[in-house]
Amino acid sequence: MSFEYAPAPESRAIVDIKSSYGLFINGDFTESQDGKPFKTVSPASEEVLAEVTEAGPADVDKAVRAARRAYDRTWSKLSGRDRAKYLYRIARIVQERSRELAVLESLDNGKPIRESRDVDVPLVAAHFFYYAGWADKLEYAGFGPDPQPLGVAGQVIPWNFPLLMLAWKIAPALAAGNTVILKPAETTPLTALAFAEICQQADLPPGVVNIITGAGDTGRALVEHHGVDKVAFTGSTEVGRAIAKSVAGSNKKVTLELGGKAANVIFEDAPVDQAVEGIINGIFFNQGHVCCAGSRLLVQESVYDEVLARLKRRMSTLRVGDPLDKNTDIGAINSAMQLAKIRELSQIGEDEGAERWSPACELPEHGYWFPPTIFTGVSQAHRIAREEIFGPVLSVLTFRTPAEAVEKANNTPFGLSAGVWTEKGSRILWMANQLRAGVVWANTCNRFDPTSPFGGYKESGYGREGGRHGLEGYLAH
Amino acid sequence: MLADVTSSEDRLRRFLHGLPGVDQVGAEARAATLGTRSIKTSAKQYALDLAISMIDLTTLEGQDTPGKVRALCAKAKRPDPADPTAPQVAAVCVYPDLVATAKHELRGTNINVASVATGFPSGRTSLAIKQQDTKDAVAAGADEVDMVIDRGAFLSGRYGLVFDEIVAIREAAGDAHLKVILETGELVTYDNVRRASWLAMLAGADFIKTSTGKVQPAATLPVTLVMLEAVRDYHEATGLHIGVKPAGGIRTSKDAIKYLVMVNETCGDDWLNPDLFRFGASSLLNELLMQRTRMSTGRYSGPDYFTLD
Repeated sequence: MSFEYAPAPESRAIVDIKSSYGLFINGDFTESQDGKPFKTVSPASEEVLAEVTEAGPADVDKAVRAARRAYDRTWSKLSGRDRAKYLYRIARIVQERSRELAVLESLDNGKPIRESRDVDVPLVAAHFFYYAGWADKLEYAGFGPDPQPLGVAGQVIPWNFPLLMLAWKIAPALAAGNTVILKPAETTPLTALAFAEICQQADLPPGVVNIITGAGDTGRALVEHHGVDKVAFTGSTEVGRAIAKSVAGSNKKVTLELGGKAANVIFEDAPVDQAVEGIINGIFFNQGHVCCAGSRLLVQESVYDEVLARLKRRMSTLRVGDPLDKNTDIGAINSAMQLAKIRELSQIGEDEGAERWSPACELPEHGYWFPPTIFTGVSQAHRIAREEIFGPVLSVLTFRTPAEAVEKANNTPFGLSAGVWTEKGSRILWMANQLRAGVVWANTCNRFDPTSPFGGYKESGYGREGGRHGLEGYLAH
Repeated sequence: MLADVTSSEDRLRRFLHGLPGVDQVGAEARAATLGTRSIKTSAKQYALDLAISMIDLTTLEGQDTPGKVRALCAKAKRPDPADPTAPQVAAVCVYPDLVATAKHELRGTNINVASVATGFPSGRTSLAIKQQDTKDAVAAGADEVDMVIDRGAFLSGRYGLVFDEIVAIREAAGDAHLKVILETGELVTYDNVRRASWLAMLAGADFIKTSTGKVQPAATLPVTLVMLEAVRDYHEATGLHIGVKPAGGIRTSKDAIKYLVMVNETCGDDWLNPDLFRFGASSLLNELLMQRTRMSTGRYSGPDYFTLD
């Protein structure tokens, strides 16, 4: 007899999803003026969760005007200490409602409840707590004696960490004294709408935070709106490039956090069991829907066989399935569109001659699913080694010397993150100096902390979020 | 290839120091993540019974008497007088002088008698005394011998001495099952734990065991993880199955289940039986029984409804 874990689903009863949502403008949920409704589904079952509103240009204009009014009349007049009070309040409400938010996030996004519960939501609260602390200390942040807010920020976030990306955007903006209009991704609007309720619960002055739902057109209308002083975007490099073009010549300040194709570099003296965990975490965390995913594994040739064998063995223990089951390691792919892209690039990997491997695993019948997959025999020339797949697909390459590892790791248009695994401290420092990536993790992977700045080199974007550095994008000095 | 590494102290040292390092943060994070598994309903029932069947019910006190040991053996045979379906424990673990008593009480059962030996718990006696201690225990009927390694020798890098001692005790123990206690609380680093695990396995241990229970910290999840990885890798290299026994400090059902999850996801099914995994514990048994009763009756009953020993 073997140890089969019985289903351990987290209860859905704690969330109260309305059948339809309006737009959160000026402190209230309002009917759209020129938008139309669209549906958001659970990617694990394709069940329709709610109808939300695609904001049209008139709605966007209304939201920007509300944010401007709130900035002029209320928020910019408050002391840092008073702004902090609201941020602390939001942080505490997030903690109080953490289970509800985690369930809602897993339902709408497809990520395992273990991650939304243990990673996403605690980090959301941590970000608000952290930036609450900065609100009354901005003059000591190193941006001059009297740094000023920019005004109204238009923020567009992706679907991979919906609530966490919201926190990364809203917490520093508010701490610095700006007001915001945030657009969540069209496939994951529900936690942002729950956050709107939290703003009401926290008695945040109307218009300081506005949440408008919609897809690309809504986002474009927002970032191109002349009333926006600051554009913050996290998402694909393609869209980021379009945004950079559209705001060029305006006075808007822009930060972009875009794609990545991070190298996870395993040296022969690595702590091998932890390195294998790091590879797993690097590429299969959040179904690989992570801009800083360690999607290129670079293994020193002398330990290639050993690392591969251990990696495959470990992959065989991954539990793929119901995101709400507390024992699930890998949940659903966020959308049919993303699944199609992962399938397409994986097919290209095979066609280009790389060898594909997945452990035996049963995938649910409904919903969008992709098994954890590795490709071996990949070279720098393969498209799966160059393009961001944004799914649970790992490309395995090898190297012989540290110099070659650096050369291969840097040989990408991206530069968001990298990982180094070795027991040799001097090599870690040397590698960190050589790697052109915004974050270099040493003997760990995908670790986030509100105190630590995060952002990219090259096509991974510009500007930093998190830490003291994260304030700079929201301050004039 | 592994036969060579023990041919000289120098080779042994090079081999042990050539083992991959253990990153402390990473090992502890992995153990913590495995600890979040949610084991419910049928899985919990299975795990509780399995954990009971893996217990080495232990008394290792200066105040132990034949009467105490007899009572412990009665408990081992019928852990829950109110429920005969509760499984028996794997073994009763006592000091050598009480082995005969335990053996007598447990005759006709499948419960083994385990005896600590080799100058337990510090191990600071001569090899001759350690060997005699072991022989006495086996002569009195011990099925299993729990020896301690010389931590002083290990920490000062005299691996050959530690190795030779285990080999000598292995011989003195004859057919008895040999469990080698590493006393990980004194080895402190995970690198040391991994090296000591390999050293013990190479010297002929049937089981590697975390602790005597006399030193804090005793068993922890990350230490046990490192040891499970060692037996898994040793199996890969040699085809041999070595057991693992965390001992000391495991008191709740929840903790016991975390260990079983770790075994399951590190070594797999093969190790999920009393031949290859044990808990060195005493108070854990009643905790498991209380949970077991709750699962069958739907109610919690107080500790007074379970026999002390």
